[in-house]
Amino acid sequence: MKKFGLAKLRLQFQIIYTIITNGYVYGFFTGKIYKGPLKYACVPGLNCYSCPGAIGSCPLGALQNALAKNKVEVPFAVLGFLFVFGSIFGRFVCGWMCPFGLFQDLLFKIPFLHKRKRLPGHNILKYGKYVMLFGLVILGSLMLLGGFVKSPAFCKYICPSGTLMGALPLMAANADLRALAGGLFGWKLAILIVLTLVSVIIYRPFCQYLCPLGAIYGWFNRFSLVQVHWEKEKCIACGKCQKSCPVDLKPEEISVSPECIKCGKCATVCPADCIHFPAKR
Amino acid sequence: MSRQSKKIPKWIWGVSAGLLLFVAGFATQQYDDIYNKAIMICLECIGIG
Repeated sequence: MKKFGLAKLRLQFQIIYTIITNGYVYGFFTGKIYKGPLKYACVPGLNCYSCPGAIGSCPLGALQNALAKNKVEVPFAVLGFLFVFGSIFGRFVCGWMCPFGLFQDLLFKIPFLHKRKRLPGHNILKYGKYVMLFGLVILGSLMLLGGFVKSPAFCKYICPSGTLMGALPLMAANADLRALAGGLFGWKLAILIVLTLVSVIIYRPFCQYLCPLGAIYGWFNRFSLVQVHWEKEKCIACGKCQKSCPVDLKPEEISVSPECIKCGKCATVCPADCIHFPAKR
Repeated sequence: MSRQSKKIPKWIWGVSAGLLLFVAGFATQQYDDIYNKAIMICLECIGIG
């Protein structure tokens, strides 16, 4: 695996995954979305179901929609998807199966003078994704924000994936939707532009600081099936793994930390062969 | 067989819980809700709702 080039394999996997899960090409030309039976199921990553190419449902959008219903009920179906995906993959979903993660990965490849792994104040800012999860996704959907109708607050006010994958291609192909764009669209477009610019300098700022789905999968990271395994006894404490880690994790934090996206870079650089990805079982 | 080797990994409990939730979701027809939302253009998601 190491000689094969895990980074290249991951990039290829991300691209192929994104193409397959957004493979309804007809939608991009007509400004319409897929309405087939695959939309009964959620995809693992943050993938707006209003993307013209999307063939599955967004788990975060579906969760908010369930919570925003007038008659509140436990969203069993969406939680089922999240438990299954989370228990098997953890944040491997973020590293390998999220179109918006791929978008940020590609932006970070653009050459820039001062690349940084984290924003200043990272240890506080990293809790932003939990604020998004509990504040906007859960409470925001349950409460009547901005009027008398419940709405999926994170999708409505923040989600840059919806703007990038849903709004922009739909509006490009659909003049009626273009005519409806107003202040809210401008706000969401501004968020997308800021995140796009910051992603050139900082590694995956949305995933590290804002993504509620990452917060959910981070909870599963410690015990998910897909793991990066570190053998403490064999470690020579050279620090190469932390240096290569895109989110700057220490070896003892790898895989168990809610921040680890299981990209596997640490395993490819370890000279002592004490980091294994996928973990030996 | 040692006690350690008998221990069921936590991820299996997680997947099992997920499958139970799937069944509960099916019983309460929540998949229809997911589908009905996903086949309409979500105006909130694209910033015009």
